Amino acid sequence: MSLDTQNEPAIELVGIDKTFGTVHANKNINLTVAKGSIHGIIGENGAGKSTLMSILYGFYQADHGEIRISGKPVSIRDSQTAISSGIGMVHQHFMLVENFTVLENVMLGAEGGQLLRKGVASARKELKRLEDDYGLEVDPDAVIEELPVGNQQRVEILKALYRGAEILILDEPTGVLTPAEADHLFKVLRVLRDQGKTIILITHKLREIMAITDTVSVMRRGEMVATRKTSETTVEELAELMVGRRVLLRVEKGEANPGKVLLSVKNLTVKDSRGVTMVDDVSFDVRAGEIVGIAGVAGNGQSELLEAIAGIRKPTSGEILIDGKPIAGADPAALRELGLAHIPEDRHHMGLVLKFEEYENSILGYHRDARYGRGAMLNLDGIRKSAEEQIAKYDIRPPNPRLKTANFSGGNQQKIVVAREIERDPTVLIIGQPTRGVDIGAIEFIHKRIIEMRDAGKAVLLVSVELDEIRSLSDRILVMFAGKVVGEKSGEAGEQTLGLMMAGIAA
Amino acid sequence: MDYFDIFISILGSAIRLSIPLLFTALAGLFSERAGIFDIGLEGKMLASAFASACVAYYTGNAWAGLGAGILTAILFSMVHGFASITNRGNQIVSGVALNFVAAGLTIVLGQAWFNQGGRTGQVPASGRFSGITLPGADMMRDVPIIGPLYANVISGNNILTYIAFLMVPISWWVLYRTRFGLRLRAVGENPGAVDTAGISVTWLRYRALIVTGFLAGFAGTYLAIAQSAAFINNMSAGKGYIALAALIFAKWKPVPVMFACLLFGFLDAFANFMQGKELPLIGEVPVQIFQALPYILTCVLLAGFIGIAHPPKAGGVPYTKER
Repeated sequence: MSLDTQNEPAIELVGIDKTFGTVHANKNINLTVAKGSIHGIIGENGAGKSTLMSILYGFYQADHGEIRISGKPVSIRDSQTAISSGIGMVHQHFMLVENFTVLENVMLGAEGGQLLRKGVASARKELKRLEDDYGLEVDPDAVIEELPVGNQQRVEILKALYRGAEILILDEPTGVLTPAEADHLFKVLRVLRDQGKTIILITHKLREIMAITDTVSVMRRGEMVATRKTSETTVEELAELMVGRRVLLRVEKGEANPGKVLLSVKNLTVKDSRGVTMVDDVSFDVRAGEIVGIAGVAGNGQSELLEAIAGIRKPTSGEILIDGKPIAGADPAALRELGLAHIPEDRHHMGLVLKFEEYENSILGYHRDARYGRGAMLNLDGIRKSAEEQIAKYDIRPPNPRLKTANFSGGNQQKIVVAREIERDPTVLIIGQPTRGVDIGAIEFIHKRIIEMRDAGKAVLLVSVELDEIRSLSDRILVMFAGKVVGEKSGEAGEQTLGLMMAGIAA
Repeated sequence: MDYFDIFISILGSAIRLSIPLLFTALAGLFSERAGIFDIGLEGKMLASAFASACVAYYTGNAWAGLGAGILTAILFSMVHGFASITNRGNQIVSGVALNFVAAGLTIVLGQAWFNQGGRTGQVPASGRFSGITLPGADMMRDVPIIGPLYANVISGNNILTYIAFLMVPISWWVLYRTRFGLRLRAVGENPGAVDTAGISVTWLRYRALIVTGFLAGFAGTYLAIAQSAAFINNMSAGKGYIALAALIFAKWKPVPVMFACLLFGFLDAFANFMQGKELPLIGEVPVQIFQALPYILTCVLLAGFIGIAHPPKAGGVPYTKER
């Protein structure tokens, strides 16, 4: 392929504008992506990236503006026209039928006739060709739910290619992948690019943008604020463009000053409801004034470990001690009395009641506290006052304790949970995924609070699937794989070392 | 009468009793595999029984009755679809509401038109589906074992019975061998996958409900003008719910659905047979015990013996596009 054709635009957006009610999600967006390139779109949650891509894929129609593909204006009314215009999309939450085989998933919507038989044969052949051309190996007869996440994503890519996609949009593709799987994905994307496909990568991870894209556009509050050649920009510049001010990417923290053991886990084993061992004979201590991070790919027992310590899940065997006292059989309420605070992994299911107003969520789990009421009655004035204090201190926006929690952004919802748990001044703080789905500005804020807790002499246990987060916050890092702690490293451990341990390859 | 004759007669009656269950359970299969729970099967059966009895009574044509039964059940299905697909209403509420509508409307209209306390008039013989003697049935009758089985169980049923059993492989084929079936199974598991593949979730689910109405129409028609000769108040008598139990019992698969319906039909026939009979040692057993057996069996077997029955994952959830 000559250089000239590489510079031809594969897709052009001209003046795309979209409003939902009072929210101006996309403001006069102009974007040109060259054919045969990898173009990154980066921005915080709610910056309008997803809306823009949904317009491209026909989920929504723009109020104004024009989409041109290979120079020709097209009207994308629905996903069907997007597909026939050569646009393929790999969604963040895979759009796969889990009890179907790979082949059935790939065929769905492109079956080639009323009866399946003929289509199956040709789909099998075409799938083989795509595998050979792009290195996307996957067993066509495997059932999706039995495949690892990385392979499921490969099926999503195959689906798009099978439909003849020339432009491939990937929405936060690495969120669920191990570092090794992410590397493999990037390899595949490069092969696709070199064969002339155009790739649009949506992410909030700056590192990925730097690693794989040729050009990058930054979105902020519905606007396309800048487009850069990746080779001519820096992580710092992009972060600043995203947030609109300078941000600290790496948290500044002093030396840890560990004191006595506050949280101790001894030979803990936890089985799930099916009887599968999720946490296998795990032991560790967390001292006052230190942050212990647990790294690992999602699903290796971290969630169950957290839940066992928080009193939500009953351990099969082993012991948990807080400040030297065994806590066997204590429920979450009793644990709170003992000074344990828990910021759960999933704020929507465990941390918040989304239909409640903000002030109601600000006392969730602490409603028996004398400040908030006596006997069966709640002291609403007291609750709202303390909610307002938390809102001010944690810069929760909009600053309205009467607003329904569902109407706050992800970052602000997380701040509500963080404020509630930290403001109780616990001695032991256990945190799961503190910044999942949280924008950069709020990440910086939450990280600072966590460091402050450490410096105030609290014991902090941190579980996160974001390796960067673990590395920048933790004083010690434990790596979990298949329910076991496979090793311990200092907070300065390299990414590659940890990555190998997370994949169960090295200890 | 020796035991074999008794067995043959119970078996024949089991087949007759399982047919409305089979049609209804297959009807439910299509709707539930597409992600629409249908507790309104009972109402569809009842309404179509009424419609087929009325039309067969006035026209004296059984096929016209069947057509009316099918159209009525499809109409009910479309109302269910309008409430739960187009307007994203609660599928259980919509289904229950339709059951009430069917129960009330059939009585009111029946009383207004026929003045027989909710019954329709006696349908003439030409307006009914009567038994068909299969070739050679009389000749075979005297062959031991196979003879009575062929003459009294397999032969002598009405055409709808044979259609019902034919519907089992047809349903399987549609579900697993056609494009429509693939998409239908997909939309019940993950409508998002169907939507992003450029297929209309709404239209697909409506089509599934049309099939549901079509099959439920057969069930109602069978009750009114094949098994009996008139519509009687509440003649479905909970069969729609038993069919739903059979559907769950069979884990939403066509061939197991047939066996589940036959089993439930057999229990029903057995209950009828035991009515007033004394069991050795125990004495007379209240017939309600046998009537309750299908339900008890469903609970017990679902609780432990057949493992977890996973309903279609997207079942009961109205589809809204993400974001």
